[in-house]
Amino acid sequence: MRGCHSQHRYKRGPDEKHNKIVLMGNPNVGKSVVFSRLTGAHVITSNYAGTTVDFCHGHMRVEGRKFDIVDAPGTYSLQPTNKAEEVAVEMLDQAEVVVNVVDSTNLERNLFLTLELLEGNKPVIVSLNLWDETKHLGIEIDVTELERLLRVPVVPTVAITGEGISELVKKMSAAESPTEFRPTSDEEKWRRIGQIIEKVQKVAYKGHTLSERLADATIKPLTGIPIALGVVFLAFWFVRLVGEGLITFVTEPAFELARPSLMGLSVDLGSSGTAHDILIGRLINGDIDFLQSLGVLTTGLYVPFGMVLPYIIAFYLMLAVMEDTGYLPRLATLSDNVFHKLGMHGHGIVTVFLGLGCNVPGTLATRNLETRKQRFIAVTLLAISVPCAAQMAMIFGILGPRGVIYILIVLATLFMVYNCTGLILNRFVKGESPEIFLEIPPYRRPGLRVVLKKTWMRVRWFLREAVPFMFAGVLLVNILVATGVFEHVINLFSPLMEGLLGLPGEATPVLVIGFLRKDMAVGMLYPLGLSAMQLVIAVTMLTMYFPCVATFVVIFKELGLKDLIKASCVMVGMALLVGTIMRLILIGV
Amino acid sequence: MVLMESLLKNLNEGQGGRITRLEGGQNFQRKLRTIGIREGKSITVLATQPLGGPIVVEIDGRDITIGRGMASRIIVELLHEGMSFSTQVQTRPG
Repeated sequence: MRGCHSQHRYKRGPDEKHNKIVLMGNPNVGKSVVFSRLTGAHVITSNYAGTTVDFCHGHMRVEGRKFDIVDAPGTYSLQPTNKAEEVAVEMLDQAEVVVNVVDSTNLERNLFLTLELLEGNKPVIVSLNLWDETKHLGIEIDVTELERLLRVPVVPTVAITGEGISELVKKMSAAESPTEFRPTSDEEKWRRIGQIIEKVQKVAYKGHTLSERLADATIKPLTGIPIALGVVFLAFWFVRLVGEGLITFVTEPAFELARPSLMGLSVDLGSSGTAHDILIGRLINGDIDFLQSLGVLTTGLYVPFGMVLPYIIAFYLMLAVMEDTGYLPRLATLSDNVFHKLGMHGHGIVTVFLGLGCNVPGTLATRNLETRKQRFIAVTLLAISVPCAAQMAMIFGILGPRGVIYILIVLATLFMVYNCTGLILNRFVKGESPEIFLEIPPYRRPGLRVVLKKTWMRVRWFLREAVPFMFAGVLLVNILVATGVFEHVINLFSPLMEGLLGLPGEATPVLVIGFLRKDMAVGMLYPLGLSAMQLVIAVTMLTMYFPCVATFVVIFKELGLKDLIKASCVMVGMALLVGTIMRLILIGV
Repeated sequence: MVLMESLLKNLNEGQGGRITRLEGGQNFQRKLRTIGIREGKSITVLATQPLGGPIVVEIDGRDITIGRGMASRIIVELLHEGMSFSTQVQTRPG
């Protein structure tokens, strides 16, 4: 059982040993849900087109033979229009069997890809997914007739409940590559689709229901924009509320419970020495300070579990609900105007939302943008001005006690940086920014289990990927301090930090650690005794100057070395510029 | 009943028509068709975002957001009478 390869740090192709079954279909027809059902693997699914931007793969058995099963990104046709669709078409080449997942509430349009697949030389089986929704919509489909016309097995499925999946597996070996379908022109395919639809589908038209009219209000500008502002406000209010709540009532009490045993260990280790420094860190006023002690077992555990994890949980709960209702494409439509001026289009807001969780999936989500220009701008803006949830948690933790106003200054600055840099890049980056072209899914009620499962998958990912880095960071700090490297770095960069940014030279190592983990770096600012305004500048710099190593690697993989260097130059340049301006405004000369 | 052709872009919120023609390059037309915007289909404008923003159309019970530029290359035949706007399609040479 495997997950999405985009979730792994290292590129790992599908298993070469086994034959491949590839899931193909239009965007947002539930391929990933079918995939989860077939393999038992857990993958991220949502209610909007383009959730899967890379292939995921897992294993399943059909009649004793082991197959590698691949979930490809959604595509409307086999002539790709963006990077995510290119991945889908590449995957098709390796398929032994193609499972064509079809949205049965929108059969006509979906059949275009089906015919393209039938014209190829791969055996095809059709999964008529979302079958339950056809009934509410008054759509009747004659499955036997469709099967006869397409000459391949057709199985109605409701992947979300698992209905029809075992039937699909049973018929998998009957998948066929009918010879009746020879490559034809698009016109011919559409004509053929018209004939098929006439024979197999009956639609009892139902007028617009009340819920559909309510749904329309969220997309009309006059009502939609106030609703959008309300939704975004509520979303982040929820994250703050749940995050704070978890810290106050769960994680802090838990660490207080652990304090006596850690103090015991500290005494056992002799209250000082190398082992003590690494495990417990420095004692502050004779006691462990979870934020400042900088030991692996104190700060190394407290930052990820005590301060960051609560916000990660809160954020991903919120994101799961936003994704599964189908609201994000509406937000993309309403904000398209703004994003178009920044050289992208409405899909940019999806990358920002994912980026607010972690910049890595945010960067991968830019694959749904069409051109290199759009992707370059989206990736650079993400890295320069969108703090991840871990970093935000620390900003709240450290700046919050000084006053909400300071958090607002940081966020307002980053917001302006996002927009201004976008305007500038749009002017100077060569290439085109095509218009938005996006399907808006029907609203769906998010299932509690799916939401919880998805949140857990992402939280687990954070724990797996982030926590080792956090430990590494704490270790590195201890080593660099002990070997005197930090002192050297501080002396080297002091003039820059003090002269331009108004920060003490001691803040330099923080930027070094920021490359590893930004959340931990924010924590390291705490013991420096900075003024509130200095903290504001420091955390803004920490967000802007450079992405963390995980994001850095993903940018390299997605855009290549040349664009990575360009993006890095923009980041460093903008960081110094904005830092200097902030210093002049907030602290004075 | 007056039959009149218009660019999709010029329709007001709530107005609808039947698509008669698509203009623009092969790939562009193909992209529109594969997402469901095809000749002969009924299309209704659900919302028009301000300041040159995109429009949201309904076609076959599906809502799709498309840019204004794309909407100016989709030509529809109005099905209702008494349309208040006057922009007619200009037939372009070539």
